[in-house]
Amino acid sequence: MAVTIQEVDHIARLAKLSFSEDEKEKFVEQFNQILTYMEKLNELDTSDVEPTYNVLALTNVMRPDEEKTWLSQEEALANAPRSNHGFFSVPKVIG
Amino acid sequence: MHFEPVIGLEVHVQLKTNTKIFCRCSTKFGAAPNSQVCPVCLGLPGVLPVLNERVVEFATHLALATQCHINETSVLARKNYFYPDLPKAYQISQFEEPFCEHGAITIHVEGQAPQKIGITRIHMEEDAGKSLHAESFVAKNETLIDLNRCGTPLLEIVSEPDFRSAREACEYLVKLRQIVVYLGICDGNMEEGSLRCDANVSVRPLGEAKLGTKTELKNMNSFRAVEKAIEYEIHRQEMVLENGGKIEQQTMLWDANRNVAEAMRSKEYSHDYRYFPDPDLVPIQIARDYIEAVARRMPELPDAKRHRFQSFFGLPEYDAAVLTETPDLATYFEKVAEDVNDKKLASNWVMGHVLRALKDHNDSIHTFPVTPRYLAEILQLLETKSISTNSAKIVFDECFRTGYDPKNIVEKQKLALITDDKKIDQAIDQVLDSNARDVQDYLGGKAKVFGFLMGQVMRATQGKAHPQTVQQALRAKLDALKNEKSTEGS
Repeated sequence: MAVTIQEVDHIARLAKLSFSEDEKEKFVEQFNQILTYMEKLNELDTSDVEPTYNVLALTNVMRPDEEKTWLSQEEALANAPRSNHGFFSVPKVIG
Repeated sequence: MHFEPVIGLEVHVQLKTNTKIFCRCSTKFGAAPNSQVCPVCLGLPGVLPVLNERVVEFATHLALATQCHINETSVLARKNYFYPDLPKAYQISQFEEPFCEHGAITIHVEGQAPQKIGITRIHMEEDAGKSLHAESFVAKNETLIDLNRCGTPLLEIVSEPDFRSAREACEYLVKLRQIVVYLGICDGNMEEGSLRCDANVSVRPLGEAKLGTKTELKNMNSFRAVEKAIEYEIHRQEMVLENGGKIEQQTMLWDANRNVAEAMRSKEYSHDYRYFPDPDLVPIQIARDYIEAVARRMPELPDAKRHRFQSFFGLPEYDAAVLTETPDLATYFEKVAEDVNDKKLASNWVMGHVLRALKDHNDSIHTFPVTPRYLAEILQLLETKSISTNSAKIVFDECFRTGYDPKNIVEKQKLALITDDKKIDQAIDQVLDSNARDVQDYLGGKAKVFGFLMGQVMRATQGKAHPQTVQQALRAKLDALKNEKSTEGS
């Protein structure tokens, strides 16, 4: 399964990144190299192996439903480039 | 051409936990914007989400109430997309291994046989923040974001495409809402967004097995909106097909002011979410004894309660359905019925006067001045014929207005009827003595005179005697006189 330039475009769009044509060509090459490397794993028969969802041998790590205040509104907004009336201000989403 | 609509619902219920699903921030509604946030729900780097155990408990409640199979192992996954109300750029949800699957809810649409609606799956996930676009203080070129809601626990309930009309879909939503309110896991408020519903709608020619192309309806903020939006969309799709057009798979937004559904303008939402298991969170494992322990703590569900109201209290189906509509009303009725012999009388009063007063005054049953104990007192007075039905209503209204004890009101307003039979006998004797001629007329066959004598006795007792008791006693006395007379005559 080879990666095409269309797929690189698609992934870039999903990641909201833009690249020059040269860069895209380079990514096609690199992505394909990575996939070829990963394909090595297919040489192993894993039909009897359960999928690994987590590498830790842990389940059910939970906490009680107890409230704790962490940040004030002022602290929460401290690093925001723009804020207004206690809200984060971002470029308009709906036109 | 005749078409058959095929509808499935995706319902999100906001859980009534104290804290968010992966952090300890409060979930209280209505706080100042961005005042209930922390590094976890703000999506700051280097944090570790930890699952709230109550979310798992609530999910188990709902799984049991909808007869779902709870997966032994379920996994939390990242759903990736960019939107300003989602600071991590992924929503933690469940994908491949949802919490539970393959359940059902039975609905009763008026005039149709009960229907089993399949539940495909129920999974847990986190809510996103809130965006403000329209408020006066929002500048033209900005959108404002409040992240207080971000991380609030949700359960998403996905139904099978089992509905064939908007009515059926709406009935299911009502039922599902009733279940989560009964379980105490969600307040069920659609206007405030604690219960949200999206609908997948398609139509196909009647008799066709293959499904048509579906559209997804969003932004329906009331039961009424759900029904109207689905009806609108069914009609729109039928018209497109009738005219030889094709249905485009798209998301439609319902506009409740204009009563139309319109395709979402932004095509930003590419449905390529690239789900993968969240490495920050370990699998959830549900053991059988955990399920059993939760099951023992489960409150009675609406259907069970309704049946019990019919069998135990002997109430008609209609009464049982009305009284069990909310758990609070059901509890109110049960407390009243405990101390009243005539359960149907109690039901009539709760369904009539209580519900009317609640509606007229927009009151909550919790703060209703006529407490179950007070209503039971009024009904006991009525049952023992200590007050008349008219007086009972006066006492009820006065109790509602002032919150006074019904017994005090009866005393103060002198509404008590004479329950001492001797007093009634005395009054009758007096009336018969002083109206000897009328008595003779009656005995002579003028039946009409009975009414006059009855009125005289009621007057003599200042209307404080129970008319039925008076009627019986008066009839008995006059019959005795009649017998005497006929014996004399023979």
